[in-house]
Amino acid sequence: MNAAVLAVLAAQVVVALALTPLLIGVMRQVRTRLEGRAGPGVWQPWRDTVKLLAKEPLRAAGSSWVLWLAPAALVVSSVMVVALIPLIATPALPLLPADLFVVVSVLLVGTVALALLGLESGTAFGGMGSSRHMMIAALVEPTVLIAVYALSIPAATSSLGTIIASRLTDVTAVMTPAGLLAIVALFVVVLAECGRLPVDNPATHLELTMVHEAMILESGGRDLAWLELGSWLRLTALLGLVVNLAAPWGIATEPTPAGLAVGVAAFSVKLLAAGAGIAAAEVFLAKLRLFRVPELLAGSFVLAFLAVTASYLVA
Amino acid sequence: MSGPGALLAVLALAGVAIAVPWLTPDRLRSPLSGGASALLGLGGVAAGVAAMGGAGGVLTLPLVVPATAGLDPVTLAPTPLGGVFLVVAGGVGALAAFFGIGYAHGPAASRTAWSAYAAFLLGMLLVPAAADVLSFLLAWELMAVASTVLVLADHAVRPTVRSATLWYAVMTHLSFLLLLAGFAVLAAGAGGTAFERIAAAQASGPAASVAFVLLVLGFGTKAGLVPLHVWLPRAHPEAPSHVSAAMSAAMVKMGVYGILLTLGLLAPGPQWWGFGLLVLGCASALYGVLQAAVNSDLKRLLAYSTSENVGLIVTALGVGVLLGDAGQRRVAEVAIVAALLLVVSHAAFKTALFLGAGSILHVTGERDLDRLGGLVHTHPFTAISFGLGAMGATALPITSGFVAEWVLLQALVHGDGRADRLIAVTLPLAMGVVALTVGLGLLTFVKAWAIAFLARPRSERAANPDHAQGSHDHSITMIAGLVVSGALVVALGFAAGPLSVELARAAGVGGVERVGLLGVAFPAVGVLLEPAALTLLALAIAVPFAAYNAVLRVRRPRRDTELPWGCGGVRTSPRMEYTATSYAEPLVRIFGASLDPTRQLTVEHPEGNPLLVSRVTFSQRLVDVIEQRAYLPVKRAVLRLGDAARLVQNGSIHRYLAFSFVALLLVLAVVSL
Repeated sequence: MNAAVLAVLAAQVVVALALTPLLIGVMRQVRTRLEGRAGPGVWQPWRDTVKLLAKEPLRAAGSSWVLWLAPAALVVSSVMVVALIPLIATPALPLLPADLFVVVSVLLVGTVALALLGLESGTAFGGMGSSRHMMIAALVEPTVLIAVYALSIPAATSSLGTIIASRLTDVTAVMTPAGLLAIVALFVVVLAECGRLPVDNPATHLELTMVHEAMILESGGRDLAWLELGSWLRLTALLGLVVNLAAPWGIATEPTPAGLAVGVAAFSVKLLAAGAGIAAAEVFLAKLRLFRVPELLAGSFVLAFLAVTASYLVA
Repeated sequence: MSGPGALLAVLALAGVAIAVPWLTPDRLRSPLSGGASALLGLGGVAAGVAAMGGAGGVLTLPLVVPATAGLDPVTLAPTPLGGVFLVVAGGVGALAAFFGIGYAHGPAASRTAWSAYAAFLLGMLLVPAAADVLSFLLAWELMAVASTVLVLADHAVRPTVRSATLWYAVMTHLSFLLLLAGFAVLAAGAGGTAFERIAAAQASGPAASVAFVLLVLGFGTKAGLVPLHVWLPRAHPEAPSHVSAAMSAAMVKMGVYGILLTLGLLAPGPQWWGFGLLVLGCASALYGVLQAAVNSDLKRLLAYSTSENVGLIVTALGVGVLLGDAGQRRVAEVAIVAALLLVVSHAAFKTALFLGAGSILHVTGERDLDRLGGLVHTHPFTAISFGLGAMGATALPITSGFVAEWVLLQALVHGDGRADRLIAVTLPLAMGVVALTVGLGLLTFVKAWAIAFLARPRSERAANPDHAQGSHDHSITMIAGLVVSGALVVALGFAAGPLSVELARAAGVGGVERVGLLGVAFPAVGVLLEPAALTLLALAIAVPFAAYNAVLRVRRPRRDTELPWGCGGVRTSPRMEYTATSYAEPLVRIFGASLDPTRQLTVEHPEGNPLLVSRVTFSQRLVDVIEQRAYLPVKRAVLRLGDAARLVQNGSIHRYLAFSFVALLLVLAVVSL
């Protein structure tokens, strides 16, 4: 049993690593096509990553070990999250359940690594990005926890695998008002956490509006490759969690080869479809002014809170 | 050790530690006094461990007590729960004293200061050992007075110390008065002062509620709960750093111990008790972390963070009481374990943080973050130790803070709100508050650590540390204090299972088990956390990553460059870097209504050209809103009253004689009635 679950964890990591650049490629390609441009094709993020990995990184005078440790911490924490979150199968190791709070804490390691890197460079841009990034992270936190709290009430556990498995067996749970509210709230915070529109524009460069790009501006070569890959993996993990909570169908509940194959296929389709949907929506969205972002996040917090009280008082 | 042996040893060590500073020559004073105080702390740890094992012993002190007054003898008999706080106070006290050997200089290394430190430590050790009201209050007062002396240490150098000490003295005695009143209500009801007798009386009804409110407010003042926190952000920055560490990491915990003691002495009360604790805790957590996030004074920031953490502890207690009343005993037990884990964890990481702040202050003479930077190169030990403390404060894995907050969140998520609407609404809100606190705490400590240690120095003093006025190099004791406190933060996180089980046993609650190598499990709610498994997973990912990265490094080594991108411009001045103030600027805007910042922005233009800018000046002042709106009006009213009293005192001896005569007449009139 445990060996099979270990294989599941490894499979999740491999699938996520393989799928992530493709996800970003699909999202960019959908967007460019909708905007009437040809686009570089869906494999461009792959090519970029391989190219950057082969290039030398630079070290500015006065920089410290944070320069190389931050990208490493980001990648390792992102890969850990990908392994922990049930993406293609719900079983977990007995001593290593996919506990929501553990997952969030590991994600925060990556958040902090990025923020430290932003301040490490000692430029105004880095500090600005870091400050905004942490502000958004701080305001996102309550919604994430409360939204999953709402979803956890029917299953009476904070283990993500059990929550998803219970939603799979009980189809009506997916369509309850509380469940829908929580999913919407969670979706908004995933957009914020992963730096998508309307919170941050992933395509922006050298503007006063950028958040994520500002922090990694001083990195190059393989440092940059790891930073990009780590951030993309976070999108895969969080978006994967949301699609699995919203539409759990296809995820394997037993670690059998056939189940895993179905799980991988279902997960790939769901993830890429969700990514394409986000990219299509982004064409029609403008970035919010930074000081309007708290309003958006407060709105999602209210949704999540309503979801919890609804599942207590209505059900 | 068993029996009163450990307690006697503590008293003997305290006598030595108080006397040593007066008997040693100047040159050896700090090493010997600090060493004696550190030994006293270790003695406290030993007594605490014995007490946690149920062998605390009983020691009746031969103090003269008027037999008629219904007072029980003055007795020390630490309970297992008291043992936890003995260990915390002793451990923190020992570490801070050891750090102080190298750190203390000037007035902080005087005979009075070292002697007061030992007395302060003794007070902190006697509070959780006390078994009756009288010894408790005596120990409490010893702790209060000795710490006041310590806060006052630098009064000749910085005038702000005096006002800070006044605030502290007033608040700490307000706390004492409230406690006196609260215990008086209980003792009157029970007919004696021994805690055993009071607990056996099982006070209930209005009298119990009055005692509860008085005691919680009294202990809350010491614990730094909002709105009684005003002394913390004043006293902590002004005290010598090792004293700040002991005050923040150990002394405020005595307030928490007091609240736990109160709950133990009283029969379960009405629902609003738990609800009140929860509200008090949540308010402190949010207000504390918000103020910490926007403050740029490192030690003031840490002081507000203490308020925040005590807020989280009291939130956990409130959840425990609320759920316990609602009949959800198993989840309530998780909350109580969470509270104790938070106590231990805060003690560990706040020691590391305050010692680190002291170390920064020591080498740069600065505690304003806006003027620091780049210290990671010159002071790696401080950087790592402060960094580990900051990780603990932000509950990042795997530190003590991570385990503690994980348990707290499990208690919140497993409380069942179906039966009770109040719980259905308060638990999610409490969870939101805890989550926002964690998030803002992250911002706070990323700011504190990265601004102080990374990038380029923002001032001359930070650029040339160790050459600051009146300071000298790090001594071995300082480095040892830093390293041990930083290592403790991580070690306590890894020892999640054994630590939780011991704490649960001391608090007399069940439902906690060890699992795996180091893990902790709460079978009643079906959750577990195994730090070793999590570490293995991290290693399984990090090792291949590091190997691959090493290959890449061999192929394409990192190249040094003077100017990487710099956004197209030559990096001119460190003044272009983000500072702590600018880092928190978005927060100040978002929470402007509750922070009430005063800002001034002046833009000057060159003569005759309104479109060009020659100079921009910006200043921002943040004040404690609660202090401004609640305390200063009271202060002004008292001053007005004092002025009014001057009307009858004009210096005329005739008038005073007339007053005496009228008073005599009044007394005679009253007596003759």
